[in-house]
Amino acid sequence: MIERLPELVNGDEALVRRGRYFTDVFMIEVGDVQYLVHVRQGRIDAVERGPFVMRPWRFALRASAEIWDRFWQKFPDPGYHDIFALLRKGEIVFDGDLQPMMANLLYVKAVIAAPRGLS
Amino acid sequence: MSARLEPIVGRYLHLDLEGRDNRIYFEEAGQGIPLLCLHTAGSDARQFRSLMTDENITDHYRVIAFDMPWHGKSSPPAGWEREEYQLSTSLYTHMIMSFARALELDQPVVMGCSIGGRIVLNLALEHAAELGALIGLQCGAYVPRYYDSSWLNRPDVHGGEVCAAIVSGLIAPQSPDEHRWETLWHYMQGGPGVFTGDLHFYQVEGDIRDRISAIDTTQCPLYMLTGEYDYSCAPADTEAAAALIDGAKVVIMKGLAHFPMSENPELFHSYLLPVLDEIRAISKT
Repeated sequence: MIERLPELVNGDEALVRRGRYFTDVFMIEVGDVQYLVHVRQGRIDAVERGPFVMRPWRFALRASAEIWDRFWQKFPDPGYHDIFALLRKGEIVFDGDLQPMMANLLYVKAVIAAPRGLS
Repeated sequence: MSARLEPIVGRYLHLDLEGRDNRIYFEEAGQGIPLLCLHTAGSDARQFRSLMTDENITDHYRVIAFDMPWHGKSSPPAGWEREEYQLSTSLYTHMIMSFARALELDQPVVMGCSIGGRIVLNLALEHAAELGALIGLQCGAYVPRYYDSSWLNRPDVHGGEVCAAIVSGLIAPQSPDEHRWETLWHYMQGGPGVFTGDLHFYQVEGDIRDRISAIDTTQCPLYMLTGEYDYSCAPADTEAAAALIDGAKVVIMKGLAHFPMSENPELFHSYLLPVLDEIRAISKT
């Protein structure tokens, strides 16, 4: 799922443009499995799968595998369709320096939702 | 596409609110029972344009929507540059009733969404005798602060972008892209700090849980319509409020979220029209 982010994002010209000021590394945790997403000017350079030792990242989004599975349905159920919906339910944790995430929130939300309907 | 005029007409009204002149922009269309529409936090009255272009509604209702001061085409009152905007229950209520009286609206139906849905509960408590019916969209008595709204107004985050991004999940996944992005555009156009100032009422000052059991729906009918995908005012929030109000009628709307009137007008009207028909039947008796 997340490993396919480069093709899903980089093939979407409008989405890459939306993220053109975003160059950073962020983490997505799916249960115990860590992924580092490397972004350069809105393009996904690479997605690495952990475990990692002392690897820096700017911000992290952490939820259980079950929650992400529900989030990545093509049409998720109410309450599982947005990371802020998960936040209100207490089903996700935002960690680290949130400024780059908030400054690029439309982009980040679209990247995270890109794998929807693939499973 | 050929050029065409819509039936919507916009005007400005000067209104004194708490001792200050406000130049209020409003739009209207249709004839019949006044239907006064209240937009969501951080947006403006364009959200209701679909109601004003649907003859099923405008044949029977005079649909009116104003931009609150600081929103849309209603600029802040003079001196705004020296203050922090914060909406309160008293100012919001005063604004709505002053507007309705200025336009001499007789027993208007008031329909508000989100913050507008909240304030209809206060209108039900304080002004029921002057109102024909109340419709609360995304209507709850209280919403806890589940995110830090200071992110919406700070110089290192683009306010228009982040306000739209915060509410983007409050549109149902199935809603058409055209309407989704117009709904977000309204948020992108909000002034700095205005959405946050509205949320002060929504998430802090306007907690009305302790009072709503006194609402008398025999004096003024109350309808509460909530989209199933809303997590700001979730169906459970509406149902919790309705449980405290005898006679409140609740409809949970499938495939809609926090902006039913603008995110998917056609689907929303399928839920709204039966309510408007019922109100019209009541008003004849």
